[in-house]
Amino acid sequence: MRITNFDAIGETLYEETLPNGLRICVVPKRGFQSSYAVFATDYGGAHRRFTIDGEQRDTPAGVAHYLEHKMFDLPGGDNALNLLSANGADANAFTSSDTTAYYFQSTGHFEENLRMLLHFVSTPYFTDETVQKEQGIISQEILMGEDDPDNAIYYRMLRMLFDHHPIRDRVVGTVESISHITAQTLYDCHKVFYAPSNMALCVEGDVDPDEIVRIAREELGDEKASLPCPDFGEAESLLPIETAVTEIWPVSAPQFLIGAKLRGEPKGPAALRQRLTAALSLRLLLGQSSPFYTRLYSEGLLNRDFGTEVDFVAGASYVLVGGESQKPEVVLDELKKAVQDVREHGLSPERFERAKRASLGARLRGLEDFESVCLSLVSGIFDGYSAMGAITELSNITIADCERFLSETFSDEHLAMVVFRPEEKGEA
Amino acid sequence: MEITRSELMPGVWLSHLKSDKFKTACLSLNLLTQLTRETAALNALVPSVLRRGTTRYRDLEALSSRMDELYGVAIEPVVRRIGEIQCLGFFASIPEGEFLPGKQDVLRPACELLGQLLLDPATRGGLLPQPIVESEKEKLADALRSRINDKRSYSVLRCIEEMCAYEDFSAGSRGRAEDVEAIHYRKLTKQYRELLQCCPIEIFYCGRSSLDEVKACLTDALAPLPRGEINDDIGTELRMNALEAEPRQVEESQSVTQGKLVIGYRLGECMEGPDIPALYVFNAVFGSGTTSKLFMNVREKRQLCYYASSLLDIHKGLLLVASGIDLDKKDAALEEITAQLDAVRRGEISDEELAAAKAGVSSDLRALLDSQGELEGFYLSQALDGADYGPAELAELIGEVDKARVQAIAESVDCDLIYFLTGNGDEEADDADNEL
Repeated sequence: MRITNFDAIGETLYEETLPNGLRICVVPKRGFQSSYAVFATDYGGAHRRFTIDGEQRDTPAGVAHYLEHKMFDLPGGDNALNLLSANGADANAFTSSDTTAYYFQSTGHFEENLRMLLHFVSTPYFTDETVQKEQGIISQEILMGEDDPDNAIYYRMLRMLFDHHPIRDRVVGTVESISHITAQTLYDCHKVFYAPSNMALCVEGDVDPDEIVRIAREELGDEKASLPCPDFGEAESLLPIETAVTEIWPVSAPQFLIGAKLRGEPKGPAALRQRLTAALSLRLLLGQSSPFYTRLYSEGLLNRDFGTEVDFVAGASYVLVGGESQKPEVVLDELKKAVQDVREHGLSPERFERAKRASLGARLRGLEDFESVCLSLVSGIFDGYSAMGAITELSNITIADCERFLSETFSDEHLAMVVFRPEEKGEA
Repeated sequence: MEITRSELMPGVWLSHLKSDKFKTACLSLNLLTQLTRETAALNALVPSVLRRGTTRYRDLEALSSRMDELYGVAIEPVVRRIGEIQCLGFFASIPEGEFLPGKQDVLRPACELLGQLLLDPATRGGLLPQPIVESEKEKLADALRSRINDKRSYSVLRCIEEMCAYEDFSAGSRGRAEDVEAIHYRKLTKQYRELLQCCPIEIFYCGRSSLDEVKACLTDALAPLPRGEINDDIGTELRMNALEAEPRQVEESQSVTQGKLVIGYRLGECMEGPDIPALYVFNAVFGSGTTSKLFMNVREKRQLCYYASSLLDIHKGLLLVASGIDLDKKDAALEEITAQLDAVRRGEISDEELAAAKAGVSSDLRALLDSQGELEGFYLSQALDGADYGPAELAELIGEVDKARVQAIAESVDCDLIYFLTGNGDEEADDADNEL
């Protein structure tokens, strides 16, 4: 087992790869009551077309999420969620565009719960009847997402940015697409994507790393399967498909999202560096202490809902900037001006140092959250870097890195904006 | 973890929880005042106006830059209600010096900044600046209006508003948008000064610094706090029973594809001497979490909804069941939810259900010891209730709850109002698509 001490932040990381290819990360935390474990597969809503053993396969939108729902069923009519809950564990799962994760948090019976987690996720059991039955519940979930402006505006933006990459489509699929899913579809996808070699197990809590490795090996065996090869289509250009869209929605005030595609770094340490550069750059340009945000907030053009994110999913990457504003077009203009200012005058070295300090503090705070630590370890495993190294790597990011990131990402021709406006009064 | 309570100044209480396991400390300061419909919005505006600038750090940029300099100390305005007590103040998250370059201590400068935010705001002619007040008014009103965007939480809020229409509880934690619009900056300044003089203040600290260190920093930072006659006469009015013989029905329509059914209950007579552990277990048996009757039956077995769960307000004595359902399933869902409550009333609780509920509640309480944010909320609520037990002790008490005590809670529950958010006809096109 590889053991790395991160003295500055008082953490130790244990890493192991099993003979079956499963990658394991453990962060022991003495003195904490709860433990958190996540067992995740490098498989999500975007993995619809893939090649396995030389054969190309296409699956309907929403399979990964549907599979997640049905994984909890066990042979004999048991439900893993109930068994875990009965043990006092708080268990759940989620599916994103590129990951399906099953997790629990518990304050007792950790080893039993861990065995149950590994067991149910590696035990497919579906019948056409149970698969059929789930359609009602998932259809409700799909409809709920369609009513939710945050969810809808997000997917609208992805459709403006991406021409054909499958992250354009909702992870949950549509009521129509999921109607094509059968028990056999689920068995096939489970076989391809839920092999330990395509998965990661990350644990944080007052736990024994050796014991976790032993349990994982016992539950999952040593057989190593070949890895699937997902096909997300031809690489896309950095230009958006549409640059401006406005829709009428039942919202209280205009909601906007500004987006731009990034050229993602290949997997490995460069990917971590790009993620850190992106986060620090966004803090500098648009963060709480930035002249952009403080001025627009004071002038009533932005409020506390304003935020940014950068996502690296399924080989695609993009920046989103969004919030609520009576004048989204002005916000976009001001954003362009702020970037132009960086191009002409560079970033202030004092602000850069302050932003690094603030980022260090924020990352220390992030370490308290087991779920976010474990999920970032999972992302790191799938993308080939160690997420624990973030705080050390942060000190290596330079002001020039951030200036370059901002000028390239936010060049005018890369930007797209979607606005959801309330119906004008009297327009009905 | 040891909690120590001490009075720093008249009516200013510090709860100090020493813990070495976190990498950031948390510090919150709350002014406590009676929630009323007349003052809820006015009071709610105070912390966010104060957060705009101090005499020393005049504007948002100067203030935020100072926090960045202190390794991302975050001091945010917080407004909440616990029962009918409105809590106004700030929540600060402070990196522990041990993990910072050169092991710098940022607790003292963070306390100083907190003190300045509370006591030394940027003013014009002795008044909170009008442009700042207007700007924060607009944001608060926008935030209140934007509640409609999230139908799930909106429907719960609306149910409470209607159910408690004759009680101050209906003001919510931050009042109403129309009340915000009427606020004048002179009036706000006057209210701010009154709050400082009269409100009991609860401070919570959790981190590595000793009680003496924290006391010293806070005593210095709060030295200029003016203290007048402290208004300790604050509390929550309890209504035991439904307002009318039959549950009131409220229906609202919007352009939605999924309906939201929210049922509001009064916890009833059991609130005369509330059996807190039994209330928690009842809620878990009936409707919170994946082993509950609502989840198992309404969602899993009968597939009537995407979600159906219950939540309690132990201070106000309310039980709410919230669900997301097909627009035409209102009656079926209502019937099934009621049937599940009736089952608990009849004591139809299996040993497995009871054990799972107790395990879940105990585990949640113990997990709370790992989260500073949750500890803060727990101990603030305990301070208001004058209760002296911690989460671990409450978790122990959960273990002793039996079926009869859970049944007793269910028997006391009284349905008061049924709220339904339904579609307005626009959604028919969607339904047609779905049938393809």
